[in-house]
Amino acid sequence: MLSRTADHLYWMARYIERTENVARVLDVTYNMSLLPSDSSNEEELWDTVLEIAGIRDIYDKTYKELNAANVIKHLVMDSSNPSSIYSSLRSARENARAVRVAMTTETWENMNTLWLEFGQYIKQDLTQTGLSEFCEWVKSRSHLFRGVCFGTMLRDEAFSFVRLGTFMERADNTARLLDVKYEFLIPMQEANDGAVDYYEWSAVLRSVSAFQAYQKVYRDAIEPMKVSELLILREDMPRSLHACYAEIMPILRQVAGSRQTEAERLAGQMHARLHYGRMLDILKDGVHHFLDEFILANRKLGEEIQRNFLSATA
Amino acid sequence: MTQSAKQFFDEMQGYGGNVRAIYQAYNRWLSDVPTQQLAAKRAEAEVLFRRVGITFNVYGEEDGAERLIPFDVIPRMISASEWAHLAKGAVQRVRALNMFLHDIYHEQEIIKAGIVPNSILSNSQYRPEMVGVNVPNQVYAHVAGIDLVRTSESQFYVLEDNLRTPSGVSYMLEDRKMMMRLFPDLFKKYPIAPVEHYPHVLLNNLRSVAQTGVTDPTVVLLSPGAYNSAYFEHAFLAQQMGIELVEGQDLFVRNNAVYMRTTQGPQRVDVIYRRIDDDFLDPLVFKPDSLLGVPGLLSVYRNGGVTLANAVGTGVADDKATYVYVPEMIKFYLGESPILQNVPTYQLSKEDDLAYVLDHLPELVVKEVQGSGGYGMLVGPTASKQEIEEFRLRIVSKPANYIAQPTLALSTCPTLVDQGIAPRHVDLRPFVLSGKTVSVVPGGLSRVALKEGSLVVNSSQGGGTKDTWVLERDDVCVETSQSQMAAQQTTQEAVIC
Repeated sequence: MLSRTADHLYWMARYIERTENVARVLDVTYNMSLLPSDSSNEEELWDTVLEIAGIRDIYDKTYKELNAANVIKHLVMDSSNPSSIYSSLRSARENARAVRVAMTTETWENMNTLWLEFGQYIKQDLTQTGLSEFCEWVKSRSHLFRGVCFGTMLRDEAFSFVRLGTFMERADNTARLLDVKYEFLIPMQEANDGAVDYYEWSAVLRSVSAFQAYQKVYRDAIEPMKVSELLILREDMPRSLHACYAEIMPILRQVAGSRQTEAERLAGQMHARLHYGRMLDILKDGVHHFLDEFILANRKLGEEIQRNFLSATA
Repeated sequence: MTQSAKQFFDEMQGYGGNVRAIYQAYNRWLSDVPTQQLAAKRAEAEVLFRRVGITFNVYGEEDGAERLIPFDVIPRMISASEWAHLAKGAVQRVRALNMFLHDIYHEQEIIKAGIVPNSILSNSQYRPEMVGVNVPNQVYAHVAGIDLVRTSESQFYVLEDNLRTPSGVSYMLEDRKMMMRLFPDLFKKYPIAPVEHYPHVLLNNLRSVAQTGVTDPTVVLLSPGAYNSAYFEHAFLAQQMGIELVEGQDLFVRNNAVYMRTTQGPQRVDVIYRRIDDDFLDPLVFKPDSLLGVPGLLSVYRNGGVTLANAVGTGVADDKATYVYVPEMIKFYLGESPILQNVPTYQLSKEDDLAYVLDHLPELVVKEVQGSGGYGMLVGPTASKQEIEEFRLRIVSKPANYIAQPTLALSTCPTLVDQGIAPRHVDLRPFVLSGKTVSVVPGGLSRVALKEGSLVVNSSQGGGTKDTWVLERDDVCVETSQSQMAAQQTTQEAVIC
């Protein structure tokens, strides 16, 4: 397959996944903000959203005040924010358009319909009403996207690179979410004589659709360590880091064929850490330390994928 | 009947007497269908076309608005006998044009014979780089779009030949798919020749023109990219043929061969169906600032390391200045008389022609010889005095740049417009494919000028498209339904009474 085609497919999937994750965080945060709390708390709440998306700098350039309306505006429709849902969907669709031949007609039409439907939200003021409905729409379109790929695409390289994009992006998002929330909530907990904020931690779980999974797996009160374990080490939790790397590994082995690539080695190394690692070991250096390392390693892997497959030079 | 329908031949109504035989059953059907229902079908088609993304002229707009070429739901029909004639004529023409291209880049017999003037060698579309280059099967125009217009029941003319990178075939295929979806019942009634095999024929031809010794050639489609107005078509054809859709950046040249960059390393390319103009193909030879092409491509091509379709330098044969010689070419190379006629054409490089044309500008159509897309053109009868005078100055300053033709009474076809169903002018572009043999798929792109009275069908000038129905047999068309027979009897009785 053409390197450029693989590149477009990979990024199309990454952008869709990114959109979904932004929508998830927005939705959950918005619901959190409806709970009674003092206003300083709310500001911090929206601040974490910017931290997770990694766009604090861009935001500060555009907006003076940190509040819900501005953050929502910035993350949904702002075309100057490359991580906004608008920008991500647009990029996803442009990538798709560039390689529509490489995907099934249904996959392409699905992407195109997504973009056309998005048009109806552009003029709405989502800071007032309809944010939840919009986020639901984004999530369901993302589910639909994965479904149509899974249900219609030949299991060839095109499919592999779409899947690879999805899981690389998801791993990054889950790690960031957990890292930012962990940093934010643990000091609060200490200040609170160790009382765990049920709502905050359940919001973390909800933003990765893991609330019900947590209850099923642990049948216990919500504890930060168990949340971390679920999102880092559990292979059966579809948005966990382990689950992502369990997908990434075989894909890279397959697309590399008989070649030995640095990408496959890096992925294997990380997979081993997640597969054989224990929470106890992670806690020695701290969850934050682990996640920082993970985010960097994941980024490094992304660069290797780019170098090994997507911008292959002669 | 409106005046225009009497003045112009109508594909359905003829000159306004009886509905033409091939349209009779359709006309009965059409008269039973309320106009609103047709409009609803058209709206449905638009939604579907948008979903598929058959759009052009893209981007630059924040809301991602993209334009559709308007689609008309009323088909343009061609009888089996008419088509047999047109197809034979179009194939004949393309055979001669391919032989001309081979000749003009080799022995130049046609110039020696005094049929085509020496001046053709200084035409800007003539590519000296192609002199002496041998192309497989001596095929230059692998894909040719022959623009035909009709002026009466029996008279068709060739308006122009498109031999460079003719486009529009995706509309032939997508319009058909749409019509089958919107009006499946009509396809049961009419023996409409299928067109869906076009990509299959094209791929077979492209494979057949690989260099000798290549047994399983890799064919790719080279596109300028997603921002090109015909990108949809490039993507569509590549997908239908199951070949890679590449851009210049995906290809590179090494050791007299062309390779594409793949996730598994470089892969050799044997045949390039290119949809990029000559000028942009190779920055080392043509436009040095072109980012669309592949540096070194032409050198590999000239050495026989890769096949380009269409060949480089075909523009010299479809130039409007060359057009006038095509009937003579057919006689010269094939020893046959031309089946299809040229539009009588004045060459303004000739003094007599120039004088006549300058005296008759309001009646004539004047075209720039290297123009395309309906720009650089004067339509005398619809132009204002001022436009005519402006054009006159342009002609006088460079007469050789222009040709003139009488304003043709282009046939009309019933078309759904805002006011209901009304006649609008149409043309027809069948696509002739050359490989080991020369053939034409029964159908084509029917373009329609949606503006009342307009004779310009180009999409850039507000033209739309219609599905083209070539009938496989003509006999069915006279078949009448029960109710129709009953109606006829009643009329007869009425007459008898």
